[in-house]
Amino acid sequence: MTEQYSETIAGLSKDLRDKKYSAVELTQYFLRRIASSNKILNAIITTTQEQALAAANEADQHIAAGDTNPLTGIPLLHKDIFCTDGIRTSCGSRMLDNFIAPYDATVVAKLHGAGAVMLGKTNMDEFAMGSSNENSYYGPVRNPWDIERVPGGSSGGSAAAVAARLAPAATGSDTGGSIRQPAALCGVTGLKPTYGRVSRYGMVAFASSLDQAGTLTTDARDAALMLNVMAGPDHRDSTSIDHPVPDYSATLDDDISGLRIGIPKESFDEELDDSIATQVNAAIKQLEARGASVKEITLPNMKKAAVAAYYVVASAECSSNLSRMDGVRFGYRCEHPKDLADMYARSRGEAFSREVKRRIMIGTYTLSAGFYDAYYLKAQKVRRVIAEDFRRAFSDIDVIAGPTTPETAFKLKDKTDDPIRMYLSDIYTIAVNLAGLPGISIPCGFSQGLPIGLHLIGNMFDEARLLNVAHQYQQDTDWHRQIPEQIQPGDS
Amino acid sequence: MVLNDEDVRNIARLARLQIDEADIPLYTTELSRVFDLVEQLDEVNIRDIIPMAHPADAVQRLRTDEVTEQNQREKFQKLAPMAESGLYLVPKVIE
Amino acid sequence: MQWETVIGLEIHVRLSTRSKIFSGASTAYGTEPNTQACAVDLGLPGVLPVANEAVFRKAVKFGLGIHAEISKRSVFDRKNYFYPDLPKGYQISQLYLPIVGRGKLEISLNNGEESKIIGITRAHLEEDAGKSLHEEFRSMSGIDLNRAGTPLLEIVSEPDMRSAEEASAYMRAIHTLVRYLEISDGNMQEGSFRCDANVSVRPKGQVQFGTRTEIKNLNSFRFMERAINHEVGRQIDILENGSEVIQETRLYDSDKDETRSMRSKEDANDYRYFPDPDLLPVIIDDDYIEAVRHTMPELPNEKRRRFMQELGLSRYDATMLTGSKEMAKYYEEVLAETRQARLSANWVIVELISALNREKLDISQSPIDAKRLGGIIKRIADNTISGKIAKQIFEQMLTSKEDADSIIEAKGLRQITDTGALESMVDNILAGNPKQVEQYRAGQKKVLGYFVGQVMKASQGKADPQQVNRILRARLEN
Repeated sequence: MTEQYSETIAGLSKDLRDKKYSAVELTQYFLRRIASSNKILNAIITTTQEQALAAANEADQHIAAGDTNPLTGIPLLHKDIFCTDGIRTSCGSRMLDNFIAPYDATVVAKLHGAGAVMLGKTNMDEFAMGSSNENSYYGPVRNPWDIERVPGGSSGGSAAAVAARLAPAATGSDTGGSIRQPAALCGVTGLKPTYGRVSRYGMVAFASSLDQAGTLTTDARDAALMLNVMAGPDHRDSTSIDHPVPDYSATLDDDISGLRIGIPKESFDEELDDSIATQVNAAIKQLEARGASVKEITLPNMKKAAVAAYYVVASAECSSNLSRMDGVRFGYRCEHPKDLADMYARSRGEAFSREVKRRIMIGTYTLSAGFYDAYYLKAQKVRRVIAEDFRRAFSDIDVIAGPTTPETAFKLKDKTDDPIRMYLSDIYTIAVNLAGLPGISIPCGFSQGLPIGLHLIGNMFDEARLLNVAHQYQQDTDWHRQIPEQIQPGDS
Repeated sequence: MVLNDEDVRNIARLARLQIDEADIPLYTTELSRVFDLVEQLDEVNIRDIIPMAHPADAVQRLRTDEVTEQNQREKFQKLAPMAESGLYLVPKVIE
Repeated sequence: MQWETVIGLEIHVRLSTRSKIFSGASTAYGTEPNTQACAVDLGLPGVLPVANEAVFRKAVKFGLGIHAEISKRSVFDRKNYFYPDLPKGYQISQLYLPIVGRGKLEISLNNGEESKIIGITRAHLEEDAGKSLHEEFRSMSGIDLNRAGTPLLEIVSEPDMRSAEEASAYMRAIHTLVRYLEISDGNMQEGSFRCDANVSVRPKGQVQFGTRTEIKNLNSFRFMERAINHEVGRQIDILENGSEVIQETRLYDSDKDETRSMRSKEDANDYRYFPDPDLLPVIIDDDYIEAVRHTMPELPNEKRRRFMQELGLSRYDATMLTGSKEMAKYYEEVLAETRQARLSANWVIVELISALNREKLDISQSPIDAKRLGGIIKRIADNTISGKIAKQIFEQMLTSKEDADSIIEAKGLRQITDTGALESMVDNILAGNPKQVEQYRAGQKKVLGYFVGQVMKASQGKADPQQVNRILRARLEN
């Protein structure tokens, strides 16, 4: 980062108000960074320069008039799963390569309304299905810490872009770990709020009962600023919950002494990389130094059973959610269909990647006649067991802490031929989505130059506490301030 | 193997997905492996457990019966692969 | 062999709401294609359904109308299948927990002379699909999604009907009920009331059901009876030839009066139902149900019973007059005007309905409103006019806006009740017909009718026939 520009939303916002630079200058600065680095990282699918400069200009007028709020003039990126009026919303798929969304997602509209400046749309695994961001029609995203490695997924573009400081913040979506896992692998702060905390309207659905919009930022304080705008019920999403929205910034500095942390023993097993265990344990010690107490807990179903339930529920929901991609009203249609059946089968067969087809087929099978009870219903029961496990755990602890991922960023193509190994890279995050709980991944160290994530899980609607704990940790550490060397542009 | 090639062909047809015949065996293998993973569900005691469809045990909020949407046909039909006279066109539907 | 027909019906009733079941788009009928298909109706990526409160109120009202269990907790499920008029690739419906549970409805048969109870299995809420138009584009179909997302209540009966007539009577009873309840306009031309029939036959006396077929597209009472009769004949032919009926969906073609197998449904038997994760369970409490109960009108069967018991109408008349909400309303308005239950019933059923049938008009299009018809009946009742004059006035009213009293005044149609005037008329007639007087006195009492006719003629129909009778007898007997 050059001296001239702060690297957090909070810092930039103060500088804009102090008129150290204008919102237009700031936007131009990030657009330059994108122009020089994105060729390597491939983190961004669509850059919206024109709209960004117009929005920045408008922000400058508000700033000049003294009419500002914390996001006025702040550039940010949206995962390409959020519909943006008049701008392609591809979801990383050939299917929607030509889809110019005719409306704004609620998240996009709220952030725009708060004065934020959209720089563009980030790359992602197709329809958010993937853990490495190699499954995109627009090609893989590279991890800024080592471009031979993956950034994680499915919000890999957003995580890589924030890690490389192509924007101070980005939106993401998390169905089984899609914000937290790439955040861990890219060394940024990734927040998945409680299910229903943020509207899903306009966020292309993968698995409706698991999907939740969230943020990728450099630190917890910025996540709070973003969530302050994004959270709240939406009359267009009946699964958004009408629960009071606190000021998430207001409690960041609260003392965490007396905080009760639960450590699931299942998180520290033979699959966990030793260096990650070491760093995560050190991070927990750091929290203890601030007065937190630690207790071992057990969440017996949080791993294998959760992964099993997840692949049934998520696949079933996605098989149905993606049925609307039929080449009739929008999206890809095959050339010269010979009849209606051919149009459906070829449009979908040609436009969906192998991974998406696989998931649709899993879901179709689990819902088909005779198998519903054996798979879907059973998975829904296991889901409740998992949710109950968490509920019991939270009866005498405040947060759960552990590693976000079992290993650091892996090499491109390392797991593409083995879907099961790929699925297991979300093994610590998936249970959280099944239970609908909020979770955050924050940088807590490095192993051989690759970032490690500390995973904190909160009780329902307890985002404020997660952000408070994360922020307190970030007061004592500077892991989140590390910037990957090789992508630091020399000429910005 | 949980599934055989014929199962995979049937699922693909039900899901309206064209799959190259040459790829079928690989799908069969991969899907079977996923279902092996799914077997883990049987490790959990689910007796007397009520299925959970939603993370939040919330209830539906209802909308008042009011017309709030305007005609946006032109905007929407720009997205269509094929539209004419205000209609979306598809290969002949046979009933 | 003696065959028995078994029929169950699935009736789709479009609920009359302003906006769609899951979106704020208008439900108005007959607009330009796709102008009422909003982002939610089109199933664009990212959109979500939000349920319309009014559909629950209407469904509960129906449930109370058939004395059914109302589900305090109902859940929407997705029914998955691909079809171009189904934008999302699934229809939001209710499989596992429908809003209305088991209920029953009494139907009238043989012009109300008999009745039968038909069991209703369930009624659930769902969204309608769009329409495929096949004519305009060579080798292509055009899709109009204006109708997509309009609210439907699907009413599923038990297989309780044993003939096309019973099926038709049941369909009419449901039609009447939903119109009474004001939950649907029931307009069949516009597709607001559609029926699919599950039809099977079995040897008389056999307990087990035969293999059934489902006939779609029965959009009028007449077509339904014809389609069922045709299908029953087809199935009996198959069975008598020693073959088997195939369980399938068939489409009724009203032009050819035949049913044919529907190709499009061949593959559609695996709907992969599961609870829609975009919608949460709908919880209805007792207060809600009670509030709806307070808005319940008198039901057609209750009204019929009351017409018989309190007004002394015949079963036939009561059945006719409660056959539609408009008919009952019309009659009750006439009654309020006249306070003459049977006379009014007669006039509505005999005079008005035949006049309307002649002109192919519906009761709601009647050229004579209830108040004006009541005006005629009142004058019959108070002897101002005779029934015969009343019919003349009625005919005149069909083409004018005048009321009975002004026609009576203008044309001087008031019945002559002045005894002196009538006596002199009678005397004139008797004086002019001495031969007939002789005959009467000789014992041919039938001649009295001739005299009455002559007096009526002389009075241009205005004489009170009863008085004329009395005066004639008095004169002739002495």
